Amino acid sequence: MRMRTIEISVGSFVLAGIIAMVFLAVRVSGINTTADDETYLLQARFDDVSGLRERAKVTIAGVTVGRVTGISVDAEYGEAVVGLAVQSSIGLLALDTGAQIVTEGVMGGRYVALTPGADEELLASGDFLTETQGALVLEKLIGDFVTSLGN
Amino acid sequence: MFRFLRLLGQHVLESLQTLGRASVLWVMALWGLPKLADVPLAIKQVYSIGVLSLVIIILSAFSIGAVISLQFYTQLVRFGAESTVGLGVALTVLRELGPVVTALLFAGRAGSAITAEIGLMKTTEQLSSMEMMGVDPLHRIVAPRLWAGFFCLPILTVIFSVVAILGGALVAVDWLGVSAGSFWSGMRDGVLIGRDIGNGMIKAVIFAVVVTWIAVFQGYDTVPTAEGIGEATTRTVVYSSIAILALDFVLTLVMFGDFN
Amino acid sequence: MRRLNRCLRLKLSFNSGISGPSALFNLIEVRDLHYARGERVIFNGLNLDVPRGEITAIMGPSGTGKTTLLRIIGGQVRPDHGKVLVDGQDVCALSRRDLLELRRSMGMLFQSSALFTDLTVYENVAFPLRVHTDLEERLVRNIVLMKLNSVGLRGARDLLPSQLSGGMARRVALARAIALDPHLIMYDEPFTGQDPIAMGVLLTLIKGLNESLGMTSLLVSHDIHETVSIADKIYVIADGEVVAYGSPDVLKNHSSARIQQFMHGSPDGPVPFHYPADELEFDLLGSP
Repeated sequence: MRMRTIEISVGSFVLAGIIAMVFLAVRVSGINTTADDETYLLQARFDDVSGLRERAKVTIAGVTVGRVTGISVDAEYGEAVVGLAVQSSIGLLALDTGAQIVTEGVMGGRYVALTPGADEELLASGDFLTETQGALVLEKLIGDFVTSLGN
Repeated sequence: MFRFLRLLGQHVLESLQTLGRASVLWVMALWGLPKLADVPLAIKQVYSIGVLSLVIIILSAFSIGAVISLQFYTQLVRFGAESTVGLGVALTVLRELGPVVTALLFAGRAGSAITAEIGLMKTTEQLSSMEMMGVDPLHRIVAPRLWAGFFCLPILTVIFSVVAILGGALVAVDWLGVSAGSFWSGMRDGVLIGRDIGNGMIKAVIFAVVVTWIAVFQGYDTVPTAEGIGEATTRTVVYSSIAILALDFVLTLVMFGDFN
Repeated sequence: MRRLNRCLRLKLSFNSGISGPSALFNLIEVRDLHYARGERVIFNGLNLDVPRGEITAIMGPSGTGKTTLLRIIGGQVRPDHGKVLVDGQDVCALSRRDLLELRRSMGMLFQSSALFTDLTVYENVAFPLRVHTDLEERLVRNIVLMKLNSVGLRGARDLLPSQLSGGMARRVALARAIALDPHLIMYDEPFTGQDPIAMGVLLTLIKGLNESLGMTSLLVSHDIHETVSIADKIYVIADGEVVAYGSPDVLKNHSSARIQQFMHGSPDGPVPFHYPADELEFDLLGSP
């Protein structure tokens, strides 16, 4: 009988551990928040993506419509290639849609803001966005400013 | 000067000898996989090491999560960035406080108990009599405790992290009025399962091995007197704590050192 | 098969010329045993034999390594030099596995009883049976109750060791030591700290077990009266060597003054009452 209670409590202990692990995976790291939604992939080239991380959000007019899926470097052009997963429910975007890397608040994380264009032609899945603006790097701005003062 | 060098040399040799004994114990105890017949022994240990540590783990986790949340809020609200409180709490807990505090509490609650129990068994000749009955105490007494320790600490760490985050949420969302949506979505945006949760778990596993090993060895190596047990128990807590904190620094450096 | 094994072992010992035919007669033979703990020499060429089926006692002043000797025979302590043959096997040369095997045929009663504190009396006695045999629970129960009955504690089976008196704990430990019906049982200071009644019970038990089960008993003690009353042969150990050997009567009338002092418990004699020191006057008045 006593061994039974011990076994039951050990079982509950392990179960609690598993539930906690699932909680961490789903609720805290949001492993499948976008997996539920149908998405299509776009790509964008930026001259500077410093501060941008994978899984950062993609917004249109401040509304989250997708996630950053990958960041890689194209060494030939010295540019960063960013993969964007956009929810299919948004529909396809115009060819001249712009992408900009912006900062949330003063110290918040970086994300990609899309500004839909007016072109009649639409972007297909896997296409590159051409109208991009990279991250504003504060240090670089200050550096430029100081150099221009010197001149 | 010579005297000093000789003492130093002696000390180094003694430390090496202890490390050697501890390693032999380790190898002998874990030689061969645990047998099916030993499972009930291990379950008993999981109970006394893991289940009985739950209360202190949950209580500390809750209060630590609440306090961090409060601190983050008071600083971040000045920049209007209180939506990142959730992320701050989650990263602090998952990467550092979860594994470290759980391991420290584990060393104090379960590690010292393991040492005292084995030490007492040695002092009252229970280990010797087991040996004389043809039963290897390393397999019967030491191995189940080692396995149970390896098993319990990671589970306790996960539970600690979840309770701490929930405690943080309670303070930030229900008390300070951070919106629940931005608390949780900010967390989801910033926490990566591999980098943050995975590395935290790796830390927990490493701490589990170290703390359990120290506790079992100190018990087995006890000077068989009443004072001996007391000293061994103290040594378990002190050595474990130092090992946890030092290892944590090294691990953080390796895991998150290249992060800007 | 078992007998064949024994024959082979015997033949081996013939060939090596160490024990000779005496192995038939002696269960334990200790030859030229040397052991030192740090700087302190405990055994310095000790020789002794324990004949089968008898009660052999080892006596000597405290600190002469009597308990250590039992541990060496049990293979828990390795001597620096010398041979310890138990049933023809050299304990010091056995692998850990063989040693554990050999120990199944040995029972040992520890000075502190060494009962497992988290198990009941019943489970304590059942422990060696459960570990070493695959007997059915019903059979285990029968054996345990019989062993407990033989020490008179069948009624105490559900108690925990913390609820037992010292004498009872020792009797339970005895029941546990004989659970597997060993050939050899070693008693480490069985009489220390026992009240007169418990002492009497233990004496009867040791004597009775030896006679009824035909066990060989090795007894380590410094309680002279009790030991003398049950032992067949007595070894007196001092300074790492055997200083006297014989039946109790022989030792009582031993010619050596030292043995006389020990056997009669005189406070002063060849073993001085005073630890070596300067004359008292010097210490009190200051050195001249």
